Amino acid sequence: MRSKDLAQIALFAALMVVLGFIPAVELPLAPAPLTSQTVGVLLAGSILGARRGGLALLLFDLLVVVGLPVLPGGRGGLGVILGPTGGFILAWPVAAFVVGLLTERLWHRYNLGTALACNAVGTLTIYAIGIPWSAVVAHLPAWRAIEVSAVYVPGDIIKLIICSVVAVRVRRAYPLIEART
Amino acid sequence: MLGLHHPGHSPLHRSPAGVKLLTLLAVSTVVFFLEDLRILAGGLLLAGSLYAVAGIPWRTAVRQSTAVVPVTLLFMAAQWVLVSWHAAAAIGLRIAVVVLLANLVTLTTPTSDMITAVERALGPLRRFGLRPERVGLAIALTIRFVPVIAEQARLVRQAQRARGVRFSLAFLTPLLVRTLRMADGLGEALDARGWESSAQ
Repeated sequence: MRSKDLAQIALFAALMVVLGFIPAVELPLAPAPLTSQTVGVLLAGSILGARRGGLALLLFDLLVVVGLPVLPGGRGGLGVILGPTGGFILAWPVAAFVVGLLTERLWHRYNLGTALACNAVGTLTIYAIGIPWSAVVAHLPAWRAIEVSAVYVPGDIIKLIICSVVAVRVRRAYPLIEART
Repeated sequence: MLGLHHPGHSPLHRSPAGVKLLTLLAVSTVVFFLEDLRILAGGLLLAGSLYAVAGIPWRTAVRQSTAVVPVTLLFMAAQWVLVSWHAAAAIGLRIAVVVLLANLVTLTTPTSDMITAVERALGPLRRFGLRPERVGLAIALTIRFVPVIAEQARLVRQAQRARGVRFSLAFLTPLLVRTLRMADGLGEALDARGWESSAQ
């Protein structure tokens, strides 16, 4: 890995920390606060690609694990990871990797449409890991956990539109991904 | 380093980070399969007394653990409705024990020790081309980048306001391009100082 890659990975991990400063909206019935940090997850995959994007989020998760207060509301530490919402946080590196992989494949035809598709799959990846995790930790039937998580959908749609618009613009101004076929 | 660590000299503070992490892993796995409310309540009592041993003030303990309270209550309510009060109590106790213990590890271990433990745990990944010693540098870079991004965000906002743009989605694009350029410059500086070769 080149030093440049390392710096880019650290930059996106730092972007996650900065996004965590934006106050999270606590929804009364949702398992986790509505956070702008998912924007960072999708952007990391869309702009850095699979490997660097995934590593950036892995690095961020490491900051959480070692006890730095980098989650919304100054949360952090192992308690959050082992708690009912830990799956969402652990899903972030996977989601960034998936978004990155799709973006690399579609790099030559990358536009708002394909960007939306990549980011939508990334968002679904977060659900696919986070929801079963909370179902298992809380011994809850899956359908109930899905119901509880439905509150996130509108916010996530807005977030993935924002990310797609920005990703297309950054690709034009400062492309960093090498296409993969 | 700024963190959630609460300094102290108790036996819990002095035991190695790796031991604490492995114990936590083992205990939380066992707790997960416990059904007996009396044993779970005993576990909660034990976790609470460990806080006393570690000399953590109750305020700090509460502040650390309140984040999971609303979601735990929600899950307990669901269990009560769907299964029984017994199941709801078991869930509540289980989450409380695991979260309290996990936070205790976080509170009694300095961030730098945690990083060292993580680097050691990543050791076996060396054969896949990962160099654990780079993890420390990556963490340091991340912490350095946080105020840089915040400052750049302020500058971009200022520039846009000067042009009469009140709020625009276009805000994120210049911020990312600017900071990515800075990151690339920093990567080049690392190479120029021979960091790559010295870390072999």
